[in-house]
Amino acid sequence: MTLANPADRGSASSSSGLAATLRHAKYVISENPVTGLAFGMFLVLIVAAAIGPYIVPYDPLASDTKAALQAPSWAHWFGTDQLGRDMFSRVIVATRLDMGIAIFSVALVFAAGGIAGIAAGFFGGWTDRIVGRISDTIMAFPLFVLAMGIVAALGNTVTNIVIATAIINFPLYVRVARAEAAIRRQSGFIQAARLTGNSEWRILLTQILPNILPIMMVQMSLTMGYAILNAAGLSFIGLGVRPPTPEWGIMVAEGSAFIVSGEWWIALFPGLALMFAVFCFNLLGDGLRDIVDPQRRT
Amino acid sequence: MHGVIDMTQATTPTPAEEARGPLLEVHHLTVEFATRKGIVTAVKQVDLTVRKGETLGIVGESGSGKSVTSYTLMRILDRAGRIAEGTITFSGIDVANATERTMRDLRGREISMIFQNPRAALNPIRKVGDQIGDVLLHHLQAEPRNVKAKVIEILEQVRIARPQERYHAYPFELSGGMCQRIVIALALACQPQLLIADEPTTGLDVTTQKAVMDLVTELTRARGMSTILITHDLGLAATYCDTVVVMEKGKVVETAPAEQIFRAPQHPYTQKLVRATPRPGIALSDLLPEVAVVPSPLPEGERSAPLAAGEGAQASSQMPAPPHPDPLPRGERGLPGAPLLKVENLLKEYPRQGVPMGFFAGLMGKKAPPEEAIFRAVDGLSFEVNKGESVGLVGESGCGKSTTSTIVMRLIDATSGKITFDGMDIGAIPAKEFAHHPMRRRIQMVFQDPTDSLNPRYTAARAIADPLLRMGEQFGIRGAAQMRAKVEELATMAGLPLDLLDRFPHQLSGGQKARVGIARAIALKPDLVILDEPTAALDVSVQAVVLNLLEELKQTLGMSYLFVSHDLHVVRLLCDRVIVMRQGKMVEEGTSEQVLEAPKAAYTRELIAAIPHPPV
Repeated sequence: MTLANPADRGSASSSSGLAATLRHAKYVISENPVTGLAFGMFLVLIVAAAIGPYIVPYDPLASDTKAALQAPSWAHWFGTDQLGRDMFSRVIVATRLDMGIAIFSVALVFAAGGIAGIAAGFFGGWTDRIVGRISDTIMAFPLFVLAMGIVAALGNTVTNIVIATAIINFPLYVRVARAEAAIRRQSGFIQAARLTGNSEWRILLTQILPNILPIMMVQMSLTMGYAILNAAGLSFIGLGVRPPTPEWGIMVAEGSAFIVSGEWWIALFPGLALMFAVFCFNLLGDGLRDIVDPQRRT
Repeated sequence: MHGVIDMTQATTPTPAEEARGPLLEVHHLTVEFATRKGIVTAVKQVDLTVRKGETLGIVGESGSGKSVTSYTLMRILDRAGRIAEGTITFSGIDVANATERTMRDLRGREISMIFQNPRAALNPIRKVGDQIGDVLLHHLQAEPRNVKAKVIEILEQVRIARPQERYHAYPFELSGGMCQRIVIALALACQPQLLIADEPTTGLDVTTQKAVMDLVTELTRARGMSTILITHDLGLAATYCDTVVVMEKGKVVETAPAEQIFRAPQHPYTQKLVRATPRPGIALSDLLPEVAVVPSPLPEGERSAPLAAGEGAQASSQMPAPPHPDPLPRGERGLPGAPLLKVENLLKEYPRQGVPMGFFAGLMGKKAPPEEAIFRAVDGLSFEVNKGESVGLVGESGCGKSTTSTIVMRLIDATSGKITFDGMDIGAIPAKEFAHHPMRRRIQMVFQDPTDSLNPRYTAARAIADPLLRMGEQFGIRGAAQMRAKVEELATMAGLPLDLLDRFPHQLSGGQKARVGIARAIALKPDLVILDEPTAALDVSVQAVVLNLLEELKQTLGMSYLFVSHDLHVVRLLCDRVIVMRQGKMVEEGTSEQVLEAPKAAYTRELIAAIPHPPV
């Protein structure tokens, strides 16, 4: 349905780039408070990752056997583990590593899977077939088992966790990017770009990619949470990050042995931190799309 | 409680008892929408009356509130909209305040609606016969045992050939016109009192439009039904309606009997619409309001001299229109220049797809219709376009006109045939390589849908600059400031206000987007511009301005046009010569005047007859 709205003609033209984006972000957040909450949670994660190691009260690696297995108290907010390390400090410090793994793996898969998917959707033919079969092959494995295999085969390092996480997310990016590019392949503006002498790859990068970014943003946000869970899962079963490095997955794994004896805090707080991060990225996705999509700025 | 109210409403006199009284009365209707920018009033103080058996036309351009009005009558506004004021009375029922249950009974049984896109209105995965049957069963018009017979009877009424077979057809197996007949069958299945047709023929070919509208008129007349026809086409409304209501910006500006609206329009807006409607015997500049002379992108003196004849034709037609408007016929303007584009024996074949073959057809017990494996979209077409000439390529959907223009555009390769452009065989260059060929900049295109042809993430300025960035070496543009100046020059030529250059497509109106597309097409100073129905998505008054702009630019820049369209009247206004196509072949060729006034081919005559002729 079309709606006559001559009033909005004048206001849009005066606004410049950044100011308009900020104003729009403010509107999106005020329209949907959940987005505001998600951005608040995201800010907490960023602060913890950036300056966490400098502000925590204890050294996350320093053991103090006298203070081992203490329940949460004013001195140790999240309690201490079996070696007497302060759980609060360890949970905060671990943020940087977990976020780092997630961000790098998502950036990697966005670049590889996104471009491969757009090319598959845009060019079709053999490109489509090859990219499609690669992602089908990846999808044929149980994804977590595949990640385990990759890390076990390539070696037990953080870099390999990043690569494994990127590989198992590859098909998700290919599918989304391919579908979106295929829709736009026949659009008039693509034809128009051809008429003005753009090469096919330039059309792909300058005409199609910007139009797919909003939906890819959502995808990235959702897979961030998934990537964090995956990294933590690998550490939980003893792959990737090695103790005593503070990492949420290892901490949950270490704490799980103590739950039966009543020391619940060792597993609970890193688990809550994981939940916090994953929940935050899941909420963020929709809000992010609303902000980056110019169509919503009416 | 609700039940009691329903009972009292149901016992009000039925329309049959009221005889000739008004069936629907709308009084001071105001509809508001809550949007981000505050409350927007889409419909203001609208008064309408539909008597029994009457056909009322609501005419207006996009944003006039005509569709919102009809949605309000059915109470199917979306959540943001509400009736702020006014009453709607339909055969004694207060529609504005009726309960949802009353409305559910009313919709379909008493008031039904036909939408613009018939294919979208049908469920794609159900047989059309079953879909009609559902409505009959739901409204207790049939019983499960006799529903199929009833459906076939209804299919016969809407002139579906072979109704027994078509009962089992899926919407995608039927043509657009056939789908609209099914939708009409659905709408009329329960013998409603009132039919609301919202742009029922937009997107259909003229001959199909005529068949569909004749069918609606005949069926509604036979049943004594009332109809509200909502359309942007004043000619269509004047041809098929008893009374026409003209709406502008949510207000009713004029209500008059159909025969008067063309002959003696009272309101200035109606006069503007009537002028802007292409019709026989007028010149291009007649489309514009008398006060506003053709918008001139350049001062008069700068126009190229050899085209003075054309200018003369325009100037003469700006005089007060004589009773028998007969300005210089465009065809006699002389055909300047040598052949620019020569197309010989053009052939384009496609393998047929989607024909149910072998396995599944056998499984369903159906026989696949015998069809050739190869479909000829363009079948041995030859024509020429001279320098400075406009040639119209006319035909109905599927006639191969768009395929032809895309081949000439060198976006796809022909199966065989020769395309010579300015002495060079451009048909020999594969379409994939043509993007980098120096010839590329000499052939440009204005696309059909101005919205679709602009990248939603590019500002207007960026869209216009794109060809200059890629192929604009000849202009020697250095740096952002020079580029901006060039873009502003192009925007001025296309009549686009400069303060709109930094907007995104969705912040521009249809006409403004069309101007961006035109500015982009002329940026490289092409010799040939292919216009692919450039005004099909625009309102008539905007179409009038854009057509005049195109003519003006052609004169100024000395370009040739290949104008692809289904609308003969529009083609006549802009083109020197017309080629009528059907099924990939040329049916008729001649000057615009010849083809329109003395068509030789029967098909051309049929096309011309199908255009709704307003009673002038």
